[in-house]
Amino acid sequence: MSEMVNLTVDGKAIQAAPGTLLINAAKQAGIEIPAFCYYDGLSLQAACRMCLVEVEKTPKLQVGCTLPVAEGMVVHTDSPTVRASRKGMLEFLLTNHPLDCPVCDKGGECELQDMTFRYGAGESRFLEEKVHVDEQQWSPVVYFDAPRCILCYRCVRVCNEGMGVNALGVINRGVNAEIAPNEYDHLNCDECGMCIDICPVGALTSGAYRYKTRPWEMEHVGTICTHCSNGCKTTLGVRGEQIVRGNNRDRSGINGEFLCVKGRYAFDFTHHADRLQSPMIRKNGRLEPVSWSEALALVAKKWREIVERGGRFGVIGSTRTTNEENFFLQKFARQVLGTNNIDHHRSGDIPTLLDALSGRTGALATTADLYNEKAVLVVASDLSQEQPFLAWQVRANVRHHGAHVYTATPGPVREDRTAVRSVRCEPGREIEAVESLGDALRAEPSLVVVFGDAIKGEALRRLVAFGDSLGIPVKYVALLDYSNSRGALDMGLLPDLGPGYHPVAAPGMTMAGMLADASLDALWVVGANPLSRTPLASPDAFVVVQDLFLTETAERASVVFPAASAYEKSGTVTNVCGEVQRLKPAVKIAGTKTDLEIVGLLAKELGAQLGVWLPDNVFEEIRATVRGYNVPLPVLATGGSAITAALNGRVKSAPGPELIQSARNTLFTSGSLGRYCRTLQSVLEAPGALYQGK
Amino acid sequence: MTFSPELEARFEKLLKIYPEGRQRSAVVPMLMYAQDEVGSVTRELVEEVARRCGVNPLQVDEVVGYYSMLHTKPLGKHHVQVCTNISCLLVGGEELYEHAKKTLGVGNKEVTADGLFSLEEVECMGACSWAPAIQVNYDFYHHVTPEKLDKLIQDLRKLQ
Repeated sequence: MSEMVNLTVDGKAIQAAPGTLLINAAKQAGIEIPAFCYYDGLSLQAACRMCLVEVEKTPKLQVGCTLPVAEGMVVHTDSPTVRASRKGMLEFLLTNHPLDCPVCDKGGECELQDMTFRYGAGESRFLEEKVHVDEQQWSPVVYFDAPRCILCYRCVRVCNEGMGVNALGVINRGVNAEIAPNEYDHLNCDECGMCIDICPVGALTSGAYRYKTRPWEMEHVGTICTHCSNGCKTTLGVRGEQIVRGNNRDRSGINGEFLCVKGRYAFDFTHHADRLQSPMIRKNGRLEPVSWSEALALVAKKWREIVERGGRFGVIGSTRTTNEENFFLQKFARQVLGTNNIDHHRSGDIPTLLDALSGRTGALATTADLYNEKAVLVVASDLSQEQPFLAWQVRANVRHHGAHVYTATPGPVREDRTAVRSVRCEPGREIEAVESLGDALRAEPSLVVVFGDAIKGEALRRLVAFGDSLGIPVKYVALLDYSNSRGALDMGLLPDLGPGYHPVAAPGMTMAGMLADASLDALWVVGANPLSRTPLASPDAFVVVQDLFLTETAERASVVFPAASAYEKSGTVTNVCGEVQRLKPAVKIAGTKTDLEIVGLLAKELGAQLGVWLPDNVFEEIRATVRGYNVPLPVLATGGSAITAALNGRVKSAPGPELIQSARNTLFTSGSLGRYCRTLQSVLEAPGALYQGK
Repeated sequence: MTFSPELEARFEKLLKIYPEGRQRSAVVPMLMYAQDEVGSVTRELVEEVARRCGVNPLQVDEVVGYYSMLHTKPLGKHHVQVCTNISCLLVGGEELYEHAKKTLGVGNKEVTADGLFSLEEVECMGACSWAPAIQVNYDFYHHVTPEKLDKLIQDLRKLQ
């Protein structure tokens, strides 16, 4: 490390690394230099002039957000000149800014309000009429109110640099300058809402949230997004038992402030009119609402009969339920129903990856590694569409660290634009494409390989062998579909592997096997919709379904239990990189119960001793028994992410790569759940097909 | 969109003079030269320049909106630009501009009916030492008086 630079800020002697910007050096010393346009992680703009400070021996005020520290620099951030300059800047910003704060969504959490309160003048000298421009709607979720805009360019930069979408720009100049969308009068973009989130004022507002509440009337519940596998933290704004907003303004969680359209808006399924709110039993061919006790008793009676006559059970778990629920479910299936016929919708070959990497540590990449490692290779995935947060990490890595990106995909992807090499491959020939990059990759100091579901079984072993041949440290991420796809695997929702990938003595049937088994006596589906893809062969199977909605699978059920969603429960989920995070309930939907409670009540009904079915108790058992999950509780309790130390030995799993199939969700789809997210449906401008390079 | 061979050659050169990956630097000169040939910056031109420089049309729109010498509507054959910024203003720039309006019979950014002249009130063009100054297309005229302006307009008319 080169020597530290000594400087004085407001009489305080401070040290900073060479190249540190004055605004950050002051911040480290506890001195605030106010700014609108400066934004950590984005390019410098120096547009707002709020950060002007006095630097001795320079004749004019200096821009604190672009000025690197220098040896012997003496800075005054609170001199009369600086104070007057800030007052003047705010007076300018407010010349055309409407003072509609009482009805502005941003009121109460507006940076312009805060700055004016702190640094502004008490009165304005402008008597002229304010310029008014009508509000514009750019998409179902993005509204723009030009007069409120202070032209800090944050939205433009986060869209261009952060998202790589380039949907926003600034047209015209001077007083006429304004933010403009890419399709002249509307947006064609990811609809991620990053621009709204980052706006310091109320110029960009959210169609989902606007005029619903005042910010201080909400409770803020930090939980984990229930959609894709990336495990972003979303802070849900709850007002009166209704979720009205999702954001992550406090930058907590692995995703910092990042959220895609799903994390930010796709919480509206919680209050969808079709939510199931009562158990149902099929009577005379129709599902009729009944009491919990009636439904539980019927299931217990049927299952007891089937167990007693040695009938065949099939259990299908969920990729969205918590680790606790998955663990408890497999325990129930294996101990009470006495079956290993348990499976879930698999979307990535984690068992083979763990087996191929056995004996080494640090070979599984974390989400942070995608931001920190020197090179990233994307194989067979349209990362920006399918894994939005991982793609954000890769873009940030390129921007901040100059990382080298390589892509080997069947079609054009957004990552190509920043890639040093991109190769196209026919589906099924991905490994050949990867191998053609060998010489370039060998020259990299380290590499993270992220790969889609095409890389499984032998192909995956070949990929790891290729990684070994490079002679550099290589880490891997096997991409998965849903918020707890990883947890479903780790918790042993597999016919041949129990929790922690321990092989079971007598492997059971796979999901495909269960559905095709004409003599299956009972099927129990928890939070999944397998019958939307494959019919159930057994005509007389007693089907029990726990779900939020009457899906294709629930419609075939004999008994349906109304389940609570991830936003309505406690517990933990594990993301694609094996990072465990904790859910917090934001709302309660009347009539529903969490899957853990439903399974627990069924256990009670059957007189089974499976232990207390509270999330904390079950997680204690997971920590004690599932390898890799002995994670520090305080980290989880404080809303952090704990990295599971993955299994480090051989995994003896039955081959079955054909069972692994990603649902190929885009930004605007999320399996069966996505159909009940009105916002996702409304912003679906294009079909959102993969591999279009957008 | 196709251009004259001369302009195509110029574009080709422009795209080569900037470092690899910085081809968007060519947006401003390409728009300038193309505007002279096409007559104005049309929608089609914006999209063409965007395509050639590897940016999206919005990024070209940002440039078009920012630079006052780029025009989205056709100008007259002779585009008369009168400076009314401080130095020129002090020595009669405003009067000159008023006079030009009267002589040409058009207002700011308007074109005469015959399409020969257009008028624009512009900010400082860096000719303060010879104020008041005007610019017609790319040519500067110094120490301009209303009489000199009338003479210039007559001469330009005679050129036809």
